Amino acid sequence: MHRVVITGAGTVNALGHDVPETLEAMREGRCGIGELDFQDVDRLAIKIGGQVRGFEAEGRYNRQQMSLYDRFTQFTLAAAKEAIEQSGLSFAGEEAAKSGVILGTAAGGVSTWDQNYRLVYEEGKNRVHPFVVPKLMNNAAASHVSMEWNLKGPSFTVATACASSNHAMAQAFQMVRSGMAPVMITGGSESMLCFGGVKAWEGLRVMSKDACRPFSANRNGMVQGEGAGVFVFEEYEHARARGADILCEVAGFAMSSDAADIVMPSKNGAARAMAGALTDARVNADEVGYINAHGTGTAANDKTECAAVADVFGPHADKLMISSTKSMHGHLIGGTGAVELLACIMALRDGIVAPTIGYEEPDPECALDVVPNDAREAQVSVALSNAFAFGGMNAVLALRRV
Amino acid sequence: MSIKDKVIEIVAEQAVLEPADVGLTNTLEDLGIDSLGLVESIFAIEEEFDIQVPFNANAPKESDFDISNVQSIISGIERLIAEQKS
Repeated sequence: MHRVVITGAGTVNALGHDVPETLEAMREGRCGIGELDFQDVDRLAIKIGGQVRGFEAEGRYNRQQMSLYDRFTQFTLAAAKEAIEQSGLSFAGEEAAKSGVILGTAAGGVSTWDQNYRLVYEEGKNRVHPFVVPKLMNNAAASHVSMEWNLKGPSFTVATACASSNHAMAQAFQMVRSGMAPVMITGGSESMLCFGGVKAWEGLRVMSKDACRPFSANRNGMVQGEGAGVFVFEEYEHARARGADILCEVAGFAMSSDAADIVMPSKNGAARAMAGALTDARVNADEVGYINAHGTGTAANDKTECAAVADVFGPHADKLMISSTKSMHGHLIGGTGAVELLACIMALRDGIVAPTIGYEEPDPECALDVVPNDAREAQVSVALSNAFAFGGMNAVLALRRV
Repeated sequence: MSIKDKVIEIVAEQAVLEPADVGLTNTLEDLGIDSLGLVESIFAIEEEFDIQVPFNANAPKESDFDISNVQSIISGIERLIAEQKS
């Protein structure tokens, strides 16, 4: 078994167009959620989201590329560029043949579906652009990353709703740990902030109209976000040999399935995933200083997640910190675990724990240290990143300071 | 069909019961309707009567719509129809 480290990170999300901007916003507890801006937003009941602002495809990508890149692919390529450039890697020969890309997305090119359904149903057109299919397919982003960076090893896309990125990163971790690949590019992205994407979520009646306030007694639902997070997972000796800057170690992971309900979370399923990640990483529960919570801000998730943490950590649950950065960037659905991994890296590397903003009233059912409203300085040696998806599919990553 | 009978029919369908087996004092829990069934019922009611029902599944008790039993749901819908159709 090989050790696996992260040597590059990139992102685009409502808090920033790169990692430094995003971490600065997390340190300052800034909120990236605001009024949504797209066609037909006036026909929605939910009008807020963590929308990426000022990210123009024009100028960034050429005409040919734009006809092939849905917004989720655009975000992914920008994040991948930042991550791979930070790592200093380039891929050729045997190394390129073995290294690949595993990304998560729940729904891929939603806005491409949306735009083209609008054309044929609403506008009555009988012809669509020839690249609709390659643009909207869920693996488009992973494919374009592989093409742009000459990654010729195992590449695919994972879809497990809100846990997609964590499941994807767990796969990439496995491949590097086992020696199958020296380097894997991994993470995920999502871009559902268009009329059809938000309308679908509205139907569930779990969306907040005003803010995402995880763990706060007056929380009233989730808020969608969009964007991408991409990382370079590299074998430890490979990274050391070339003198790479190591951001942190990926120490272990676990996945579990509730096998219970299609939308309601399960304490047991969440607890098994967290406990499994600790076992896999060979760390004791009391070594964990920070958990980046799934923390959606819904009634159901937050109390279930807190109960699961209490079960797994016992008395140590009261000593660790747990925060939900969804309060700032919104819920990126399939991309959320990737962007949230940045908060774990910040805790481990910079000793700064991102806050749960919008926290107004304590909830006895969420009586943990949720780092309310203000970031905190702390030495953290082990962090967990939780993702618990609709469908009862859970994936938790364990990270360690190097 | 009256508003009351139509609502009972919708609730009965969710509960997989005959409308005659749905009592006005029954709670949704009595009828075996879970949170997902409730959201579906509200959707069916909105479609049937072409109204908007103010209901947030995160905070059912704080929503401006009383779902404590079948009668309260019917009364709420009658009120919403009167408000929204006037």
